[in-house]
Parts: sequence; C-alpha cells; structure tokens
Amino acid sequence: MNTRRPLRFATLLATLLLAAGAQADTVLLNASYDVARDLYKDYNPAFQKAWQAKTGEKIEVKQSHGGSSKQVRAVADGLEADVVTMNQATDVDFLADKGLVAKDYTKKFPNNASPYTSTMVFIVRKGNPKGIKDWSDLVKSGVQVIVPHPKNTGNGRYTYLAAWGYALKQPGGSDKSAQEFVSKLLKNAPLFGTGGRDATTTFMQRRLGDVLVTFESEAELIAKEFGRGDFEVIYPSVSILTEFPVALVEKVVDKKGTRKQAHAYLEYLWSKEGQEIIAENYLRPRDPEVLKKHAAQFPAIKTFTVDETFGGWSKAFKAHFVDGGSFDQIYSVK
Amino acid sequence: MSRSSSHSVLPGFGLSLGYTLVYLSLLVLIPLAGLLAKSASLTLADIWAIATGPRALASFRVTFGASFIAACLNGFFGLIVAWVLVRYDFWGKRFIDALVDLPFALPTAVAGITLATLYAETGVIGEWFAKAGIKIAYTPLGIVVALTFIGLPFVVRTLQPVLEDIEPEVEEAAATLGASRWQTFRRVLFPAVFPALLTGFTLAFSRAIGEYGSVIFIAGNMPLISEITPLLIISKLEQYDFVGATALASVMLVISFVMLLAINLLQWWASNRHRSVPVKDAAALGGAQ
Amino acid sequence: MTVRRANNEPRWMRVLLLVVALGFLALFLGFPLVTVFYEALKKGVDAYLAGLADPEARSAILLTLGVAAAAIPFNIAFGVAAAWAIAKFDFRGKSLLITLIDLPFAVSPVVAGLLFVLIFGSQGWLGPWLAEHDIKIIFAIPGIVLATLFVTFPFVARELIPLMQAQGKDEEEAAVSLGASGWQMFWRVTVPNIKWGLLYGVILANARAMGEFGAVSVVSGHIRGETNTLPLHVEILYNEYQSVAAFASASILALLALVTLVAKTVVEWRMRKETEMLTADLPPEKTE
Repeated sequence: MNTRRPLRFATLLATLLLAAGAQADTVLLNASYDVARDLYKDYNPAFQKAWQAKTGEKIEVKQSHGGSSKQVRAVADGLEADVVTMNQATDVDFLADKGLVAKDYTKKFPNNASPYTSTMVFIVRKGNPKGIKDWSDLVKSGVQVIVPHPKNTGNGRYTYLAAWGYALKQPGGSDKSAQEFVSKLLKNAPLFGTGGRDATTTFMQRRLGDVLVTFESEAELIAKEFGRGDFEVIYPSVSILTEFPVALVEKVVDKKGTRKQAHAYLEYLWSKEGQEIIAENYLRPRDPEVLKKHAAQFPAIKTFTVDETFGGWSKAFKAHFVDGGSFDQIYSVK
Repeated sequence: MSRSSSHSVLPGFGLSLGYTLVYLSLLVLIPLAGLLAKSASLTLADIWAIATGPRALASFRVTFGASFIAACLNGFFGLIVAWVLVRYDFWGKRFIDALVDLPFALPTAVAGITLATLYAETGVIGEWFAKAGIKIAYTPLGIVVALTFIGLPFVVRTLQPVLEDIEPEVEEAAATLGASRWQTFRRVLFPAVFPALLTGFTLAFSRAIGEYGSVIFIAGNMPLISEITPLLIISKLEQYDFVGATALASVMLVISFVMLLAINLLQWWASNRHRSVPVKDAAALGGAQ
Repeated sequence: MTVRRANNEPRWMRVLLLVVALGFLALFLGFPLVTVFYEALKKGVDAYLAGLADPEARSAILLTLGVAAAAIPFNIAFGVAAAWAIAKFDFRGKSLLITLIDLPFAVSPVVAGLLFVLIFGSQGWLGPWLAEHDIKIIFAIPGIVLATLFVTFPFVARELIPLMQAQGKDEEEAAVSLGASGWQMFWRVTVPNIKWGLLYGVILANARAMGEFGAVSVVSGHIRGETNTLPLHVEILYNEYQSVAAFASASILALLALVTLVAKTVVEWRMRKETEMLTADLPPEKTE
C-alpha cells in the first residue's frame, strides 16, 4: 500500500484550510434553508458592494444551506452563524427559546422580521384535465394529490395548514370539519415526498398525481428545470401567507463582534435593491412599489397568516405537528 | 474478556486486542453510551410507550422485515455474483467487478432518487412490473429495492477473497473421490464459504436497518404502511424532541444488537462445526516462505 | 483469475449462473448507473462540465477526497488489529466483540452524526470546554472525519476476519517456530496472505467514506466551500432544481467508485509479475 498518499492529502487539506480564513475584513456566516441559495447568491454581492461604498469595509458572506430545522439545530449546537434566514417561525422560535436569538426577534425588523413572503399554489398538468380550481377539488375522489411530508417538512406543513385554514373559513367551518377535510385530502395522497423538491420530481418527472401543492416561488424553478409547456399554475380562492423570518444570532455576533455588520446585512434585505433581488427570485417583496412593478409575476390572491388563523406558529405546531397532534390522529384510526 | 488460549505461540494478542478495545470504546462505545444516557432521562415506562405505539411498532415491522428480505436477496444473488466474478472469465468482467462498489460511493439520496425514477410505474423497470400488476416504488417493496441496493456490495465483497483463497486441490480431491459437482459444492465449498456468507448477510442486514437517505425517496412514507423507524427518529428531531429521538434510537440499537449477536453466535457455532474442512494446504505454503 | 479449474460446472449451469448474476447486477446497479449519467448529460457535455467547474463543487470534491484519505490509516490499523485478535486467538466474548464492531452499521447515519453532536456540540459534554479553548470539532473538518470513521468502522475488520479465519494460523505458527520475530511474521506471512481482503476492505470503506451523507450532514454545518462534502453539495444542488449539476457531481462519485477497477488491475498485474519471477524455475502446475 502506498503510505505517502494520505500524507499528501493531509498537506493539501491543510493548505485548503489556511487559504479559507484570509482576505476580507469581516466574515459573516448566514445559515439558511435549502432553496435560498439562488437568492443569496444574488443578494450577497449587492450587499457587499453597498456596505463597502458606505463604510469602506470589505465583508465576506459565507452561506450554509440545508433543511431548515437541521440548520437551526446546528446553530444551537455551536455552528457559528451570525444570522439565520429561515422559512418558518418555528425554527427561529427554537433558537429564541435557547437564548441564542432575541425573544422579540420578530420586532427587530419590519414586517414580522420577514423580508418577503410567498404562498401555496397548485401545479396541474397542461390543460388542467381534472378541472382543479380550489382546495375543495383536491378532496374529490379520483384526484391524486402530491405533497411533501406534512409533518416533517416545512413545505408540507404549510400545505397542511393552508388546507386546514381553507376548510375553517368555509360556512360552518370548525376544527372538526377542518380535520375531516384535511384527512380526506391526505387520503388522496399516494405518497409523502421527502421534501418540496422530491414531490416536484415525483409529479413532473415520474408523472404521478394530478396536482402538486407547492410554494409559488417553486413554480418558476420548475419551469427552469422542466420547461414551461408542461404544467399550469392554479391560484386557489384563498391560501396561506408563508413568511420567512430572519434574525441575528445574538450570542455569535457578540462573541465575534460582528453585530453592526450582521444587522446591516439583514436590514439591507428591506432596501429597494434588496427587495428587487427578492422579486427577481420570485418571492413576494414587502415593498409595495417593488411588488407593483412585478405585479404580472405575482397575481393577487387572498391569503391568511398563521398568526391570524392559528394563533401563531408555536400553537399551530403543538396542535398539528407534534406526536399525537392532528396529523397523527388522522393516521391513528385504522 | 479472558484469554483462554494461553498455549498459542503467536505474538501480538495483547497489543491487537488492546488497541481494538481502546479504538472501539473511543469511537463507538462511549458515543453510544452517551446516546443511552441521554434517553435515560426518560423513565422506562415512557420509553416503552414510545417504542410500542402503533406507528412505532408498524415501523419496526417495516424496517426489520424489509431489511431481512433485502439481506436474503443479497445473500442469494451475492453468492452467485461472487462465484461468477471469481470463477468465470467473460467479457467486461473487470468493469462489472468494479461496479459492485457503486452503492457505497453513490450518496444515498442520489441512489434513492435514481431508484425511485427507475422503479416508479412510469420508470424503465417499474413499467414492466406495473404490467404484471406489481407496484414497487412508494410501497414497502420499494423499500426492499433500496435496501438491496445499498447492501449489495457486502456479500459479494466478503465472499470474493474467501472464494479466491480456496485451493483447486480441495475440489479436485473431492472429484477424484467420486463426488458430483453438486456434492462438492454442498459438502466442501459451501461449508468453507458459509462463515463469510453469513458475515456478508449480517453486514447487509445491519446496514439496511439504519438506512434512511435512499429509502425515504422510494418508500412513499405513508404512516403505518411504508414508514421506516429512522424516519420516525427524524420526525422527532424535526419537533426538537431530542430525548424522544434518542429513546427511539436506543430501542433500535438494543434490538439490532440482540439480533446481530444472535447471528454472530450462529456463525461462531457454524464455523466451529466445520472447522475440520481443509481450506488450504497450509504446510506446503508455509514451506514456500 | 487465470487458473482454470479442473472440475468446472457443466456448461449450461455456468451460463445460467452468469445470466442470473448479470441480470441481478443490471437491475440493481447497471440501470441506476446509466440513469445517473443520463441525467448528468441530459443537457449536453457543456452543461455537465459547467456543473463541475463551480468552485464550490471543486472544494467539495477536494474535501471529500481529503476526508476519505484521512480515514484510511485509521481503518487499516483498527481492521488489522481487530482481525488479528479475533481470527488468530480464542477468547471468551468473541461474538460479543464482533457484534460491537458491527453495531455502527445498524445505527442510522443521522443518529451517528447526532452522537458526536451530543459529545462535542455546544450543549454537549465537552462543548463548553472546547468553546473555552477555541477548538472546533463539529461543524469543522475533524467532526466530518469522526463521523466518517464511525460509518466506515466495521469494513476492514469485517473483511479480514472471515478471510483470516479461513486461512487458520498454521502458517504464522510455522514462521514463529522457525524463529521469525513478530513483525517479520506479520510482514512476510500475514500481510501477503490478507492483502486482497485488506484491499477490498479499504476500497469499500473508501467508497462509503466518499458517499456518506446522513452522518456527515449532521456534523458538517454545510458551510459552502468549507465543510460541504460532495454528497451534501449534490443534495443542495438537487433541491435548487439544478439537477444536471447535481447528477454531474454524483457521477464524479460514481467514477471514484470505479477506481477499484484501476487499483485492482494495477495490484493484480504487479503481483502476477512477482509470482512469475518467483516461480520461473518451478514446473507449471498441471491442469486437466
């Protein structure tokens, strides 16, 4: 066996490590969810330029992407991220409980600390052969619905809450009728995808199911990957407003002395330029002017928030997604 | 662990066993003890409740059942593959030999995505089976496919060196003594490779029990039907229920440990029983040194 | 290899076995491999290469190779030591020891990663101490190596144990009784005998080390260009709908797995030359 090879690799590794930390004055680490790379790939250089023009300081922003709650667990376990940019309040709440993020993080920035929003829409096959228009069509027999796992994935949880909220808002709607509605809908699901991307592959490539429920922003990504001619986007009568909270990791910025830069990094998301980049990535900007400019891309849709309908994420989570919650109840009677 | 073979003339027992135990403790035993300690903040009654809920029980059935079937498939076909690769010459043999390691190098997620695409009703392979009325992807059968894939190299790779080591003289001797080819295989070859076969089976089985990444893409993940235990563990982590997750992981660990121990005892028994089988003419080779 | 057996199976049997083996491999290995390359090359060679030219992909490849290489010496040392103790000596509790060696396989990779977080994480046993001394284990390269060592733990030992058991200990005993020292015996008798098994074990462990996703994903921190291994990179690309780039990276891993081909061929060729030189004077073995 050649014993020198591992050594050479070790040297290589060491060089690699040394090469990393050099250069910029300040290095920020942004721990984010996994489809946000495109957004921050555009946003980070814009911020760097703006910050350097303003202060003369050079900033490098490193990105860490992964499953939302996995990322948050890593931060709680010592991943030194200066900021977290997530797709669900539950995940940031966990860090707030651990004392890593301010308890009132939603008040530290405008709009509930969510610089952009999105909503859940339907993707159907070209020509909409099953005539799917609204949530009520998803529970019809003979309609197959493709959704990511409603309990374990952010995407799936929003879908679940959206359907629940829709049923709740129907005349005579109650928690009981909502649970029946959601349970019927899930009976139409032949499988639960591992994540949003997996559900899409199942629907688009393996051609299973009649309708895919997903984020509005994903529709554009689907078009990029599979071409536009193969599917249609359907906006239901009402859907859920999905928020993407951002927060400073207090403990880390204090330790690294990067509070000023990290705060500016998040704040810049609300600037005209930040909002523009957000809109270009098919996420709904908060700035009304920017939204208006991109109106063609964001059809008007009636939405409800988790706070309004479910009394906040932590309540919604406890009622529906913990062990023994409403999702588990659907699968306990058999 | 006491040493009962003080008569052995070979050196290095203390050093090798000592090193083995230290390394094993540092990398495996202490971390696993930490896992058990973490779950010990629950009472036994709590752990029992977590482990015997209908969802958990169903997931155990799916996980261990599918792992067992997959390991059997790998044992049977793996033996044939190893035999063919060692004994026969055919075009492209080297390439196929190298291919056997693929399931390890391919990240499990890629394996899962690829297998789901192939074995879905619309996939290249799934289509044939769909015609016969068999659905593979998004059923427990899909889990078996994924687990067979990830465990495939074990049996082949544990058998290959042993098969290569069997001296032709042994078989020739059997043949001269009038044994048919089948008898030679059953009485001489099979006993010689059986311990390795069982090792391969055990490894494929244990690897399958823990597998998560590839399975979830092809399983369908329906509660009570195609939900594997590792998925339930992840589900608890997603709820930030660390203690629940470690409890479930500990229960799985104990079950796996008992099963593996049983298989290893069986193997020890089997290899002792067949110890008299001459695998190699040791004296001749010893002289060659 | 080239030694022809005196008593082979009947021809029909050989054809049958060959067909069964190849059919099984095609179904479970051939099709998936072709699919990976098909998806990677779907949009042409340029798109494939573009997917790999990304600096993040390059740093992920280097990191993956580095981690796999770092794991090799540990795996060899442990595997040989464990196999030596288990195969050549009798002691009580042997089956227990083997079972403990197998155990890391049965641990779900994500749980394996979690184990190290429980120890080295900032809320873990050693976390506060490590933070005080500014030592980074998890969310840095040492953590990735540890997780990799855990998931590849049994390979070499398990590959060597059945082989060494089958070989028995007569040869080593003969060497010792002829006056060889422990290390002489080890290098001259044991190593030549186990080299194939050792090679297989290392190749397997290596393949698994490069492909590991679950355990590494828990301890890596996913920092792009820094602690992102190739399998993690593949996942993120896939989730971002860059499936060509994702499968291109996956195809690199598949190709790395095929290095077996090269490694085995080279070793085999060298060995044959050696034995040819050694046995040049001896009359060739007769085969009928």
